[in-house]
Amino acid sequence: MQPGNPDNIDNPAATPQPAPPLAASVKVKYLLTALAGLALWYALYRQLAPFSSFFTYQLLGLAPESRLGEAIEFFVYDTPKVLMLLVLIVYAVGVLRSFFTPERTRKILAGKRESTGNVLAALLGIVTPFCSCSAVPLFIGFVTAGVPLGVTFSFLISAPMVNEIALVLLYGLLGWKVAALYLGTGLFIAIVAGWTIGRLKMERHIEDWVREMHINASDIPDERPTWIERFGQGKTAVRDIVGRVWIFVVLGIAVGAGIHGYVPEGFMASIMGKDAWWSVPAAVLVGIPMYSNAAGIVPVVEALLGKGAALGTVLAFMMSVIALSLPEIVILRKVLKPGLIAVFIGVVGTGIMLVGYLFNIII
Amino acid sequence: MEIKVLGPGCPKCAEAEKLMRDAVEEAGIEATIEKISDFQQIAKFGVFSTPAVVIDGQVKCVGKVPSKKEALAWLGK
Repeated sequence: MQPGNPDNIDNPAATPQPAPPLAASVKVKYLLTALAGLALWYALYRQLAPFSSFFTYQLLGLAPESRLGEAIEFFVYDTPKVLMLLVLIVYAVGVLRSFFTPERTRKILAGKRESTGNVLAALLGIVTPFCSCSAVPLFIGFVTAGVPLGVTFSFLISAPMVNEIALVLLYGLLGWKVAALYLGTGLFIAIVAGWTIGRLKMERHIEDWVREMHINASDIPDERPTWIERFGQGKTAVRDIVGRVWIFVVLGIAVGAGIHGYVPEGFMASIMGKDAWWSVPAAVLVGIPMYSNAAGIVPVVEALLGKGAALGTVLAFMMSVIALSLPEIVILRKVLKPGLIAVFIGVVGTGIMLVGYLFNIII
Repeated sequence: MEIKVLGPGCPKCAEAEKLMRDAVEEAGIEATIEKISDFQQIAKFGVFSTPAVVIDGQVKCVGKVPSKKEALAWLGK
């Protein structure tokens, strides 16, 4: 995408104000600042591992292989690493999201058939800014605009589950393979669960007042931010999100460090290992009432994995905590009748369990 | 002037309401500020990402907390 070029998804009803073209010198200045920032970020990032080992074993003088030493090295290495990754990705996603407003996503999805619509909705769920408290207004907006129910659900499942914080943490702590697995299976569940809900023809289980509603949204201003505003949105996202979750990251890593140093190897194998078949459904059930964000849960997950818990079980637990949250279910009850709520929990829960079993079998 | 802040009650919605109150005070104008958290009413404005600000029946912004500068501009300052 070229800076300053208008995007091609347009609202003919509104009159968008074209972004004033940036002067070339300003663009070059921005590009150079971004590159210098990235280089500095990378140089710092590379120093974290040597520093943590220097800090723990030279500066504090702890014996290598000691429990306290291992716990402290883990903490001193992982905390800055995860926070640095978080800042970088949240900033990039913040800028990316300035291209996708819920209004625009709705316009793309309205009138799409199922299947294609489900895939598109799950993908848009990743990049459209979404906060769980707008789940209900968003649901109403989608359904009244003619977005099929199943497609709406694909969006509502993917948006919280596949989030940038979860991906960053999984990548930083467990490597890109686990992060890619999470992204792939999260999308898959959103697509298939939404499609299934669409097949079940449950439109009459939407509360009546929603179905009777006619909304004209064409008078909402369609904003076209300038590049400076887009970068500003990245900065706002970092301040908002990192400012909110850093404490959970630090606490999560502290708990993880404790498990790392003090819980014996293989301890989790009997409870959350591959052989305990009941551990997958148990992990999903335990996850529903827990409403933690990804930031707090991933470091704990990493430590559990290190002590013999099976990857599938742990992923199922994480997905359940993030995607099926009690507060969101309570709030969705305002627009959905109990039957549809039950189907939603059942379909998504089953999908998560299947993913859990699948990974326990193949890995 | 009649200002409505639409939002179900998340921290951002509270922030938007506070910002509008500050802006009105700074602009020194007469205005009523009402917080609307009922989903049915929010939907009637055609708004589906919150928080949103409506001034005299016209939707001014959706899905974000406005900046002080924007808010003052809406109030004619």
